[in-house]
Amino acid sequence: MSTATDNPTPDSGGLAPDTVVTPTAGSGARKLPVVLGVLVLGLAIVLLRSSHSGDTTFRLAAETDFVTLPDVVVPSGPTAWVMVVICLALTAEAVRRMLGHLRQPMWIPIAFAVAWMIGFLSWAAADSRILIVSLLGGAVALAVPLVFGALGGVLGERAGVVNIAIEGQLLLGAFAAAIAASTTGSPWAGLVAAAVAGALVALVLGLFAITYFVDQVIVGVVLNVLVLGLTNFMFRQVLAPNAESLNSPEGFSRLPIPILGDIPLIGPLLFRQTPLVYVLYAVVALVAWALYRTRWGLRVRAVGEHPKAADTVGIKVNRTRYRTILLAGAIAGMGGAYYSLVSVAAFNREMTGGAGYIALAAVIFGKWDPIRATLAALLFGFATNLQGVLSSIGSPVPSQFMLMLPYLVTILAVAGLVGRSRPPAADGVPYRKQ
Amino acid sequence: MSDEDKPTPEHPEAGRTTAPDVGPPEVDAAEDASVEEGERSRSLLREIAAGDALAGVLAVFLAVLVGSVMIAATDETVRETFGYVTARPSDFFSALWESISGAYTAMFRGAIFNYNLDDPAQQWRPLTETLKFAGPLILGGLGVGIAFRAALFNIGGRGQMLVAGGAAGWVGFQLDLPMAVHLPLAILVGMVFGALWGGIAGLLKARTGAHEVIVTIMLNYVGYYLLFWALTKEWLLKTPGSVNPKSPPMDSSAVLPKVLGEKFNLHLGFVLALVAVAVVWWLLNRSTLGYRVRAVGENPHAARASGINVGRTYTVVMMIAGSLLGLAGVNQVLGTVSSGVSLDLDASIGFDAITVALLGRSRPLGILAAGLLFGAFKAGGFTMQASENISVDLVLVVQSLIVLFLAAPPLVRAIFRLPAQEAK
Repeated sequence: MSTATDNPTPDSGGLAPDTVVTPTAGSGARKLPVVLGVLVLGLAIVLLRSSHSGDTTFRLAAETDFVTLPDVVVPSGPTAWVMVVICLALTAEAVRRMLGHLRQPMWIPIAFAVAWMIGFLSWAAADSRILIVSLLGGAVALAVPLVFGALGGVLGERAGVVNIAIEGQLLLGAFAAAIAASTTGSPWAGLVAAAVAGALVALVLGLFAITYFVDQVIVGVVLNVLVLGLTNFMFRQVLAPNAESLNSPEGFSRLPIPILGDIPLIGPLLFRQTPLVYVLYAVVALVAWALYRTRWGLRVRAVGEHPKAADTVGIKVNRTRYRTILLAGAIAGMGGAYYSLVSVAAFNREMTGGAGYIALAAVIFGKWDPIRATLAALLFGFATNLQGVLSSIGSPVPSQFMLMLPYLVTILAVAGLVGRSRPPAADGVPYRKQ
Repeated sequence: MSDEDKPTPEHPEAGRTTAPDVGPPEVDAAEDASVEEGERSRSLLREIAAGDALAGVLAVFLAVLVGSVMIAATDETVRETFGYVTARPSDFFSALWESISGAYTAMFRGAIFNYNLDDPAQQWRPLTETLKFAGPLILGGLGVGIAFRAALFNIGGRGQMLVAGGAAGWVGFQLDLPMAVHLPLAILVGMVFGALWGGIAGLLKARTGAHEVIVTIMLNYVGYYLLFWALTKEWLLKTPGSVNPKSPPMDSSAVLPKVLGEKFNLHLGFVLALVAVAVVWWLLNRSTLGYRVRAVGENPHAARASGINVGRTYTVVMMIAGSLLGLAGVNQVLGTVSSGVSLDLDASIGFDAITVALLGRSRPLGILAAGLLFGAFKAGGFTMQASENISVDLVLVVQSLIVLFLAAPPLVRAIFRLPAQEAK
């Protein structure tokens, strides 16, 4: 008699690429030039088909800088073509490296992305103005829950527990934050409650995934449904009738940091945000440092890569996993506070809207590394914000395709087109002590 | 499936072992299939003896218990009477009983039999509603379940339903055809689009090893935005002159006919679901393809060693899964909500289907039963919300708790202090 749970993912647990059909490694070096080539070709075709004349204004300054940076005004057509040429040069470099069997360094795709984006923006925003500060600053703000969620995901998976329940942790975090902040009148209490709620979801995940060896992906998905049902139910039965006492939290407001916030460009981007964002900076730095530079981090990674070896040297595998996912859940839960304390200042049904899944995408796209996952989450936040900016200036690209972008990029990433992602070796495999 | 799946010279082993009498792997497969009447009752006895079926019953009981606690805890009267429970406990307990029994009898009235009505036809109407809701759940559950059998986790039900529903809807109102052609064509187009959408995940897994969980989750969103975009284009799905993302209603020649007359909402979709159960059962337990699917699901390395093309099996099984979920989407667009394609046409069936498949243990008949149960929950949940003012979302909670508890029989045993199951 086989249980329902041992049907999927028989021996390669978690989200590892299937070994049976995985092609040989090293194909990423060959794929990069192809991807770059396709992208630059796409941009060139777009430019050829509808050439916009006129100028594009890039506004770098915010109102209250020390020094006001001047607006950059460029002719949109020529600028876009210059960027196409730069992109072509970068693609050529990638091809050269491919032919010479050299490694593709990180700077090529990054420089390519920047040049491509400038070219694209100057074409899309011809005869209008792009507010760089609000474009990038909005991206940071939108990425906040994604970064929290992605960090939670990275931590859990480095310890060998796949966390599909990020969505549930965000949602329950948002729910708890709204109630706690409403009853106590302090958004900080809401943040703590959000962390506790996220850890609670993680505890249930751990109970089933670690103690009872239930397939982790299944537990995660079912937990998401459970939290969704629970919060919807409580919202309708309790929060909506008592909205004034339970669902009118005082949100976090913007808190500019005195000196740092006045630096041109960087200041308004990074240091005129809500306190939650500053908490985020601390969490990112702490997780990245702790995971690679402390004994605790070494243990977490050991447990995720080779639990048996870790056990042999005396690390308590399942206890380490429990502690790590509780911490991870707390971090992801804090991200939920963004929705009910920053974005809207009230809880609403299904208000996370699948952000947990984007965070999961950021984990994979960021190759299970806290810094890269943070950058990936920022990138996804940028894509979302770009869509909003472009649709407000009347861009010719349908907004739905912009919104699709993070998901498409992730599919390309897991398919090995944009660098191969390799999860921790024991990701998703429950550990049974012999 | 077609002749292609008959034993071919390339796969002599696969062909031989499907013969009903030989080969050691067949022992496993027969147990797996649990089709023969005798075999089934014997395994049922064994399950009860081992306490697994008991754990299942207790899992449902636990989930309903948690649901009851939630109903009681959010009920005004219960909370008021709890304030003076030491003074007058009878008030508290009668309020408790009233709120919980009220909720469950409302569910019964909404899902099976409404004893408050006089007309016998109307009294049984809730049962037909249950069947109506069960149809897409069964179809979706089959789609998720057949992928489970190949050890693939298809979380992409939502995307597959949306894309298929959009395509079927396009055929449903853009083309002008007689019903004999129109309806089958719309169904077929929907299934094909669902198959393509599911097939992407299978193909990527086969070719690059990309994990299907990630790909299908991402394809859900890509499908959503694709449908959203299609709903803004008049040559695709947009209603001319409307700003709402909703298509015009379906032509009557493309709507699934009502099977019990106009008085009841039950449409042909449920019959299609029953047919799909039979087809999938045959496919899994009697066809070469099904044998391959199960072999790959049990152990892909061994399957490859015995000459099965694992990658192709992944692709094919994901296409079948996608077409089944596509049929669930078609069922919505051409049957349940034929007033036009919209972005919520999936009605969370794509995710409910996962719980259906898990509860049904990925067996077609189990999925049929689980789909009927959850269909009843859904139908009853709406009545409960309307008459008792208890949110229908309670159903989601109970549903997911059942699956969680079922997935971990040792936990349920520990809660009820049953003896631990002996190691097998």
